[in-house]
Amino acid sequence: MQLAMEQKYSQEELEKRFQDKIDNDIKIEPNDWMPDAYRKTLVRQISQHAHSEIVGMLPEGNWITRAPNLRRKAVLLAKVQDEAGHGLYLYSAVETLGADREETIDDLHSGKAKYSSIFNYPTLTWADMGAVGWLVDGAAIMNQVPLCRCSYGPYARAMVRVCKEESFHQRQGYEIIAKLAQGTPEQKEMAQDALNRFWWPSLMMFGPNDDDSPNSALSIKWKIKRFSNDELRQQFIDVTVPQAELIGLTVPDKDLKFNEETGHYEHGPINWDEFWEVVKGNGPCNEDRINTRRSAKENGEWVRAAANAFAEKRKMRVAV
Amino acid sequence: MKEHLFEYLLRLGDDSLILGHRVSEWCGHGPILEEDIALTNISLDLIGQATSLLKYAGEVEGKGRDEDQLAFLRLEHDYKNCLLVEQLNGDFGMTIMRQFLFDAYRLPLFEALIHSSDSQLAAIAEKSLKETKYHYRHSAEWVIRLGDGTEESHERIQKAVNSLFKYHVDLFFTNHVDDALLKEGIVPEMKAIHNKWMESVKNVFSEATLEIPSNNWEQSGGRLGRHSEHLGLLLAEMQYMQRAYPNMEW
Ligand SMILES: [Fe+2]
Ligand SMILES: [Fe+2]
Ligand SMILES: [Fe+2]
Repeated sequence: MQLAMEQKYSQEELEKRFQDKIDNDIKIEPNDWMPDAYRKTLVRQISQHAHSEIVGMLPEGNWITRAPNLRRKAVLLAKVQDEAGHGLYLYSAVETLGADREETIDDLHSGKAKYSSIFNYPTLTWADMGAVGWLVDGAAIMNQVPLCRCSYGPYARAMVRVCKEESFHQRQGYEIIAKLAQGTPEQKEMAQDALNRFWWPSLMMFGPNDDDSPNSALSIKWKIKRFSNDELRQQFIDVTVPQAELIGLTVPDKDLKFNEETGHYEHGPINWDEFWEVVKGNGPCNEDRINTRRSAKENGEWVRAAANAFAEKRKMRVAV
Repeated sequence: MKEHLFEYLLRLGDDSLILGHRVSEWCGHGPILEEDIALTNISLDLIGQATSLLKYAGEVEGKGRDEDQLAFLRLEHDYKNCLLVEQLNGDFGMTIMRQFLFDAYRLPLFEALIHSSDSQLAAIAEKSLKETKYHYRHSAEWVIRLGDGTEESHERIQKAVNSLFKYHVDLFFTNHVDDALLKEGIVPEMKAIHNKWMESVKNVFSEATLEIPSNNWEQSGGRLGRHSEHLGLLLAEMQYMQRAYPNMEW
């Protein structure tokens, strides 16, 4: 069908028809014609997102075996399992664009593909399970809710399912940290320390300032993105600061103040040098995270080979 | 009778707790994403079972201990799980074989316990049975797949059999506790469970082209609180928060 279209219309007309659809909020589906750059942008973004879900299992996975009670252990397990599910939907969405799941994963392992830098920070105490759910999943929701209306159908639909679960994640995280903030002095200190360590990296999750984000304009024109990095970051801050105050925690930003006129919080400077270092691979856990994923794949090689060999044998037996 | 039921519930609850903990160690490290999810499901079911069983154990004991106090604040020799469940995950084959040998025991046990004269135990068994059927199917299918997959997978899973088989007697351990509960119709005859287990093992192994080890070496003691070295380390990790920050709510 795509071939027929390409024969019937000139490149220019195809692009115009494509942009018309987007402007009219008609979803682009896998078999529709799309510009190469659109496809490439989506493959990059969705696979990065998928990798983030999978690598994101590790910092929280770190505390599953040390969860303080049975209920917390079960909730954390379920949460981390959800992230695996998100990874699966997203890898499937990448495949609809003609990318191969295994190759995509190999790009992660070779360092060619990126994932959210937040997961390169260590989880040092139980309170980090609260901070990660509250802040990291909270920031993910800000990023992902607009993606439910993304112009690419399969990605938008995956995001609808994902966002439902992310809000449960955010709530369980906030519940953990709220409980600590109301607890003993040790628990309160643990909660504040977690906020201190995760606050700035969470703000960095929205990506560089708009001025330093060259791809954004095109993504907005294609309705892959609906809001700029800075807009989303602002929204996150406006929602999160009162949540911290509510439970008596202090956001670690001495410049933070509420602007009565704009109705928004103003924040201090973000350390973008740190951000770029972590993106480049120089964060506290980059190496560990990738090594862990790589060895999961390597240790699973024989299992996948066995499953394939077995399926082949069964097929032969049925055929006979 | 209360003491006996308490002891028995600890056996069941600790089996679920310790195996659930072990399987949860896989989360994020599974050989394929789908299997990561499946193993986490199993772990979640087991933690859920442990929660119900230990909660009930605490009620039966009547000393005000809840499921978390029982799960996190006992000493090593007070855990009554079988030795099999505390064994290390090893490779995926080892984990699957451990799971299969356990599921093949748990399935007929819960099938019988749904008829227990103790209605609360029967109710827990009924819920757990549904989960265990799925676990059994999952582990048995993998045993067959790995056994009859490649040469390497066959070798690995046979190695797992050779290393884990010695712990099976521990599953079927009985003493005066079982005798007393059997008389009350609370628990089934263990002999029958053992027979069903043997039947499943034989059937699945034959399809998987695996062999039961020829030596009769047996390891037991779990039900009496005599564990392998692995349990202490597992508990050090599991109990860490409760020990480091006593008497706090989470
Ligand atoms: Fe997610
Ligand atoms: Fe996400
Ligand atoms: Fe999440």
